[in-house]
Amino acid sequence: MGSYISIALPEIVLALYAIGALLGAVYTRKDGAAGLLVWLTSAVFVLLAFWIGLDDGPGLIAFDGMFVADGFARLAKVMILLSAASVLIMSKSYMEKRNLLRFEYPVLLALAVVGMMVMVSASDLMTLYMGLELQSLSLYVVASLRRDSVKSTEAGLKYFVLGALSSGLLLYGASLTYGFTGTTLFSGIIVAVQTDVSLGLLFGLVFLISGFAFKVSAAPFHMWTPDVYEGSPTPVTAFLATAPKVAAMALFARVMFDAFGGVTDDWQQIVAFLSVVSIFLGGIAGIGQRDIKRLMAYSSISHMGFALMGLAAGTAFGVQAMLIYMAIYVTMNIGTFAFILGMERDGRPVTQIDSLRMYASHYPMRALAMLVLMFSLAGVPPLVGFFGKFYVLRAAVDAGLGWLAVAGVIASVISAYYYLRIVYLMYFGEETEALDAPTQPILSGFLIASAAIMVVGVVNLFGFEPWAASAAAALVN
Amino acid sequence: MSNLLSLTTFIPLIGAAILAIFLRGDDAAAQRNAKWVALATTVAAFLVSLFILSDFDPADTGFQMVEQADWLLGMQYKMGVDGISILFVMLTTFLMPLVIASCWTVEKRVKEYMIAFLVLETLMLGVFMALDLILFYLFFEAGLIPMFLIIGIWGGANRIYASFKFFLYTFLGSVLMLVAMVSMFQYAGTSDIPTLMTTAFPSDTFSILGLPIVGGAQTLLWIAFFASFAVKMPMWPVHTWLPDAHVQAPTAGSVVLAAILLKMGGYGFLRFSLPMFPVGSDVLAPMVLWLSAIAIVYTSLVALVQQDMKKLIAYSSVAHMGYVTMGIFAANQQGIDGAIFQMISHGFISGALFLCVGVIYDRMHTRDIDAYGGLVNRMPAYALIFMFFTMANVGLPGTSGFVGEFLTLMGVFQVNTWVALVATSGVILSASYGLWLYRRVVMGDLIKESLKSITDMTGRERWIFAPLVVMTLLLGVYPSLVTDIIGPSVTALVDQYETATVAFDAANDVALSEVN
Repeated sequence: MGSYISIALPEIVLALYAIGALLGAVYTRKDGAAGLLVWLTSAVFVLLAFWIGLDDGPGLIAFDGMFVADGFARLAKVMILLSAASVLIMSKSYMEKRNLLRFEYPVLLALAVVGMMVMVSASDLMTLYMGLELQSLSLYVVASLRRDSVKSTEAGLKYFVLGALSSGLLLYGASLTYGFTGTTLFSGIIVAVQTDVSLGLLFGLVFLISGFAFKVSAAPFHMWTPDVYEGSPTPVTAFLATAPKVAAMALFARVMFDAFGGVTDDWQQIVAFLSVVSIFLGGIAGIGQRDIKRLMAYSSISHMGFALMGLAAGTAFGVQAMLIYMAIYVTMNIGTFAFILGMERDGRPVTQIDSLRMYASHYPMRALAMLVLMFSLAGVPPLVGFFGKFYVLRAAVDAGLGWLAVAGVIASVISAYYYLRIVYLMYFGEETEALDAPTQPILSGFLIASAAIMVVGVVNLFGFEPWAASAAAALVN
Repeated sequence: MSNLLSLTTFIPLIGAAILAIFLRGDDAAAQRNAKWVALATTVAAFLVSLFILSDFDPADTGFQMVEQADWLLGMQYKMGVDGISILFVMLTTFLMPLVIASCWTVEKRVKEYMIAFLVLETLMLGVFMALDLILFYLFFEAGLIPMFLIIGIWGGANRIYASFKFFLYTFLGSVLMLVAMVSMFQYAGTSDIPTLMTTAFPSDTFSILGLPIVGGAQTLLWIAFFASFAVKMPMWPVHTWLPDAHVQAPTAGSVVLAAILLKMGGYGFLRFSLPMFPVGSDVLAPMVLWLSAIAIVYTSLVALVQQDMKKLIAYSSVAHMGYVTMGIFAANQQGIDGAIFQMISHGFISGALFLCVGVIYDRMHTRDIDAYGGLVNRMPAYALIFMFFTMANVGLPGTSGFVGEFLTLMGVFQVNTWVALVATSGVILSASYGLWLYRRVVMGDLIKESLKSITDMTGRERWIFAPLVVMTLLLGVYPSLVTDIIGPSVTALVDQYETATVAFDAANDVALSEVN
């Protein structure tokens, strides 16, 4: 039992920290400690990331097979923790300015992160559901954090109702799986599902996948994404676009390989379908968007499609490609949201894309960084965003999914249009009233660092490739 | 020195970085400094590239001065030149100082303008030197970014439409090539270009949805590469982005586009399509030949009715690129020699013609042909130079334009007489639109009030044209300068191509006789 606890120690530490912070904040003056808590929570995230990241031991199983801490989970956790810490730091000044910085905010994010860490380590349908719900419930609350705004409340409610629906689908799938295999442990399911899948189990599998597709906002389960992105306070949107996506994608891969790894052919076509629909929908529906947060929602749908392309390959290389894609996606999104958080006119946040007209003539450095990020999101070489696409295309072609690769790249040209449009407005649109000068060095720092990573990463992706390869090898064996 | 190629490639990028980091302000002094730094950088790149030329051994048909280092996923950073690529490298380094000098009067965001051109030079040089599939793609595609900005920021009134069309058109072509590259990488297990050139990709006929694909995988890969290079060349009917891009781009942008960027398509055919997919090329060569013939005649006719000088020259470029594709897919020594010659020569001539338009555009701010007439009265030097390059464009013997057209026509005559016949009529058409343009702009009496005070070319402008005149004449009277360098490599390419296609034809005949 003692060794079990040591395996799940990072999660336990973070959960205890969240509870302690909650109690501490309740017994001090109302929101006075919030600023301090933001920094403290970020520091805890970063420390945990290093703690987990520096551990390169073999995969360990705890709680009678319900919880696994292998290389795959470790890498996903590092990505989750670092992106959560970045978003938390970026959001501080925005929240303070709008009087939104309540002490619950960092605490809820910490709890959501605990949920995500449990998700990526889950090796049992029960653990999976616990992690997923802890994450989701925390996120429902932060989405409606601005409770005097109709849009924010609407976002929270929509997210909650549809999220509950998807959890229902997932649970139904889990119960069917349990019914037909007689176990909730992934290690048990994979033994029971070695060769062919019975019809009932296939239903279970489809329901499970639908639930995951909802969580990663893959089409056709994407409907909540634009509204929630638009309505939530921008820092929350930034958070939704990064860490939970990594967690859900990792969980998706975990279940597919650990529980259904023996019947790759049965889920491969479903995932490929989700992938191609998401890429096209994200590309086409994004064209008409005039709000940058909604645009980022469609952009994320399209990117999730590409990440799913890696998963659809059903190989270790595909998982590696997916991890690389997610890491690049998260880095780009942190930079882009650092830019969006800094968009203000007369001190009020602005999200219209049109307000960026001639941004470059006022703030050339920030415009240049945004240009790099936009081209990187579009997947134009030599920026790192291209390598993400390259890896998943390679995985898809290796797995004989050539049609998926062709469809994907054609759709990526469609989505290039809206990234180009932002560049065009910033550099050669007509002059309008300028946005406020950026006042927060932290945001500029994140923006420029993210853009610099996109340029410099062409050298060797900062050595991420072998790390992702060993993580993928830990999952697929 | 072993890293001469990387040095040449990245000198412009270093210059761009110096401008970006150290140059502050936007006053007259800062603008002047930006221009001088850019000019010095491009001249330095040219001087270093002369060492490449002097170290180059034409008799060696392999890749020379190869540099390599490990990169991601078993890919490599690998650079090298052979007889086919070296002249494109030289063309680029030779033209870039002239391009920079031609934008001396630009006053809008000069620093960024110079940075864009320097970055673009690095990317163009990288395209011609890259010996790794993905590295090539990286350079090839990345060039879109600076060119998108050059058209978009410094372009004319309708620049937004033109820049988007340019970007999306070329991007769509290229991503299909990317998928093809990925599958080649997967099949051969390497992205090394020299290795891939000796890899025999499967050419067994199979059918998709009941449609037999003659030449099999090679044909499909060939089509994917064709999608990219045909757009880039550009070939009829996917040329429509080019007139828009040319008309809206600033003068220097048009020069780079016509003189260098278009050549990437032709270079791609020579580097990838012919040596790697000989069977695919063989199967689809008749289609390319006919497309080229149509392009030559059709775009020449379109050029005849243009009102905008730049548009006219843009259509003439499409027609001249038709000779190039025709020569390449004639796939014999004369055809390919001629295609390369035509590309180099077109680099000088079309660049010079766009500069000619730029000279009067700078003075009158219009490209409308009707706004001019009788310029010879006020601008004798201009009239002479414009006359020279119009003649070169027409293909007058003694200029480089003649050699390229003649060689490609001779090459294609051996393969397909009818195509040669149609294409030859393009020579007459190009004379008609070229001379007619010249008559309307330069000849006649100077009656338009607005032109009464126009001034002749300045010393700077004359100096820009001088090297172009010299090169056009030199290559026109002494074409061996080019053919000696490219000859052995082209011979090797043609031999390799013929061996592969003969083997395929033999196998196909056997298969057919078995069916019969």
